[in-house]
Amino acid sequence: MRSFYGITLDSPMMLGTAQYPSPAVLAAAFQASGAGVATVSLRREAGGGHDFWALIQDLGVRILPNTAGCHSVKEAVTTAHMARELFDTPWIKLEVIGHTDSLQPDPFGLVEAARVLCDEGFQVFPYTTEDLVLADRLVEAGCRVLMPWGAPIGTGLGLNNPYGLRSLRANFPDIPLVIDAGLGLPSHAAQAMEMGFDAILLNTAVAKAGDPAQMARAFARAAEAGQLAHAANPMEPRDMAAPSTPVLGKAWLS
Amino acid sequence: MKIEINGQPQQVEATTLAALVAELALETTRVATALNGRFIPSSARDAQPLTEGDRIEILSPMQGG
Repeated sequence: MRSFYGITLDSPMMLGTAQYPSPAVLAAAFQASGAGVATVSLRREAGGGHDFWALIQDLGVRILPNTAGCHSVKEAVTTAHMARELFDTPWIKLEVIGHTDSLQPDPFGLVEAARVLCDEGFQVFPYTTEDLVLADRLVEAGCRVLMPWGAPIGTGLGLNNPYGLRSLRANFPDIPLVIDAGLGLPSHAAQAMEMGFDAILLNTAVAKAGDPAQMARAFARAAEAGQLAHAANPMEPRDMAAPSTPVLGKAWLS
Repeated sequence: MKIEINGQPQQVEATTLAALVAELALETTRVATALNGRFIPSSARDAQPLTEGDRIEILSPMQGG
């Protein structure tokens, strides 16, 4: 496994903590997934924070706080500061949303916020697109992990632009890349890992499944299968058929 | 004095941010605070005075994706 800001994770699964039917189901899904990272957020204190924090600590996983819902650089940077204190980690999943319907990142605000936070010692996991120039700017800003979307958050559409993602992987061979958002089925996870991505981050596909724990297990196995396949160096596809059984030595029976 | 806490107008006795957190019985709760859109670390709450009309955000850990 690739290291994420010096941390090597056993599993390529990163899992969100939102939308589960109950805390017990959340815990079961994490256990089934083997995920080593949990994403969390900060919201206005309304009495439930303490119990949630206890639950997350019991999972024994690394915490990746997000800046979900932030639409400006200032909001995202302030949220990151609050997250660092609240969760006691320099890790931040940086979201600067630029488009309300698609939840597409604001690339300009994202780079600006990433620069501020990297300069302040944060270890930034930017939620980005597959755009190569944007990726380059984020690396220049100090990001040492990139998290391109597979598809818009919560859609479950899978890898919308395999060409763009393949190109991103090829252009940034030394940067850990995590497919974040848009995965709906374990086959999407396998596809991402077969393409050489280092990890997947998902939430809705597991939390909204009829049986979240079983779906978490399915994603974990698919991700592992994809990872093994990538390491095994897959064959090149070709247009023409090629017999796999030897032609030489075939009987003349006609 | 009248201030806004997490979007709700509220009348409080506290004159510092630390005192406000205590007044709300959140001293032992894991929270992060902001005053008028600016992060105030827990170590700075004692020295942070409150004034009429301040907007306070008090955030806690929550589910997220």
